Amino acid sequence: MSAATKTNAGLYDCRDAFSKTLEALAEADERVVAVVNDSVGSSKLGGFKKRWPERLVNVGIAEQNMVGVGAGLANGGRIPFVSCASCFLTGRALEQVKADVAYSNTNVKLCGQSPGIGYGELGPTHHSIEDLAWLRPLANLVTIVPSDPWETEQAIRFAAAYEGPVFIRVSRYPVPALDHKIDRIEPGKTEVMREGTDVAILANGVMLHKALRAAEVLAESGVSARVVNMVWMNPLDVEAIVDAAGTGAVVTVEEASVRGGLGGAVAETLALRRPVPMEMVGFPGFVPTGTVDFLFDHFGLTAAGIAAAARKAISRKG
Amino acid sequence: MSLSTASAPVSGADRIDLVRAKALNIRRSAFTMVHEAQLGHPGGDFSAADILATLYFGVMRYDPDEPRHADRDRFIMSKGHCTGAFYSVLAQAGFFPEAQLKTYMQPLSKLNGHPNRNYLPGIETNTGPLGHGLPVAVGIAIAGKLTAKDYRTFVLTGDGELQEGSNWEAAMAAGHRKLNRLTVIVDRNRLQQGDRTEATNALDPLDDKWRAFGFHVEMIDGHDHAALLDVLGADPSGRDKPLCVIANTIKGKGVSFMEDNVSWHHGVPTDEQFAQAIKELI
Ligand SMILES: Cc1ncc(C[n+]2csc(CCOP(=O)(O)OP(=O)(O)O)c2C)c(N)n1
Ligand SMILES: [Mg+2]
Repeated sequence: MSAATKTNAGLYDCRDAFSKTLEALAEADERVVAVVNDSVGSSKLGGFKKRWPERLVNVGIAEQNMVGVGAGLANGGRIPFVSCASCFLTGRALEQVKADVAYSNTNVKLCGQSPGIGYGELGPTHHSIEDLAWLRPLANLVTIVPSDPWETEQAIRFAAAYEGPVFIRVSRYPVPALDHKIDRIEPGKTEVMREGTDVAILANGVMLHKALRAAEVLAESGVSARVVNMVWMNPLDVEAIVDAAGTGAVVTVEEASVRGGLGGAVAETLALRRPVPMEMVGFPGFVPTGTVDFLFDHFGLTAAGIAAAARKAISRKG
Repeated sequence: MSLSTASAPVSGADRIDLVRAKALNIRRSAFTMVHEAQLGHPGGDFSAADILATLYFGVMRYDPDEPRHADRDRFIMSKGHCTGAFYSVLAQAGFFPEAQLKTYMQPLSKLNGHPNRNYLPGIETNTGPLGHGLPVAVGIAIAGKLTAKDYRTFVLTGDGELQEGSNWEAAMAAGHRKLNRLTVIVDRNRLQQGDRTEATNALDPLDDKWRAFGFHVEMIDGHDHAALLDVLGADPSGRDKPLCVIANTIKGKGVSFMEDNVSWHHGVPTDEQFAQAIKELI
């Protein structure tokens, strides 16, 4: 667990892995720069700023400009990591992301901080449950949803080495470090975290941990659940999805809207290639006020909620 | 029915006392909410408290029992992160019971971290992402012209918030259309989330910018109730431009250890700090 700092109870804030990895990359390669919107603290880039003040471009509270400036820095031969709360990066600056980054196919690395409902009580304006849906149709934009500090580090390293636009979700919700059987992530390759035959649970990000616990819950009542880590939203591991349908029932779980994100991607794939009963776990729309954990419980983004969705999908098998 | 002007029944000196008392209440109540929730943006609550108290208890025309009255003056809290102060002034003005302030940011509370017009009366538009208030206010002011209403539209922005380009698109439209019943108030506390505005992306000379966009500009001490009442209460009818009031303020105003200290942007108090602050807020 090279780049991470444990918070409490063995849990990690993936922003630490993000900023430590970025500093390591910046140390080794002077082309690496950071672009922020008054988000030095919330991106944990205080250390970066101290070491390379001239390589941290803070444009102020101006996300559209921030993304455009990122594209310009790439044009000038830099490797910009644009780091901003995911809601503003992908919502406010969506057209810049589309035209200046994805369509122009520029070497910009977009880091969506505290995505999903990471901002809890601050409410839907600060939540980013729509990001996956509105980025998914953008051609060229490699999209990664890491689940733990190791995967976050891997995603940042991949982005730096890869020539082209990348979006990475960087979560603040405390997560444990997972036991990965691979030694690096590869574009479009999912990781099967647990084998199973009755149902396949496809999850990413923070929800992968809850999916794994759901599989344990299901195992207690004799249900064998496969858990697949959908860390790549684009490129999508289509074959892994088709393979998952071989269990006869599929559940998707994401810290996002159930419309258009991972659930949408999997549903499209299954409809075209191998239709099977499917359930989606995620948020139905704007959420009420509450802490992150309250909202997860409220909408069934819990081990119990996922297990219930799995049973429902299984019950619908023909 | 007709809407009463908040400034009508009280004489000048009493008015200033009333606004001062309300501003103090806003600070005490906002800080109590932030302390209990252990969340919030108290620095910006405090810099805006005197402006809010002046608007609601000395300038604006509204009826809390008919919060969407067509003739009401409109207020938009564009710096939507400062809900401690905003909810406090709305409760004091009678839009909802003050007891409800206790639910600030609790699960399923109507007092979300950022204001939601579908949850509470007195909120014109949902804010939180910076740079949204002024465009909506411009639309409200244009609607007022189209319908020949004499309501006024006020919008309070942060100063860091003005780094958002959307404000300047709206400002250009307001100047072009000579929206004289529109007033922008800038809470010029010179701090944003992580640093000073001038060290991040400088705004000065800010008055010249607004003038260049077609505004009449007044620069005042944003904690001087008499000056706020004077400038905000002045009849806009004779003016042929929108008004920008640059209110020079102090972030964290009123509590010694919070004043002009960036860490109180979203800092929350310990029990000792809370007790100390409440002692100072008298
Ligand atoms: C579009 C957008 N970008 C970023 C933020 C995060 N944010 C919340 S408050 C704040 C600083 C605001 O500073 P200022 O406008 O000066 O407000 P004040 O000092 O009055 O609190 C930032 C960057 C946001 N709410 N909206
Ligand atoms: Mg400010």
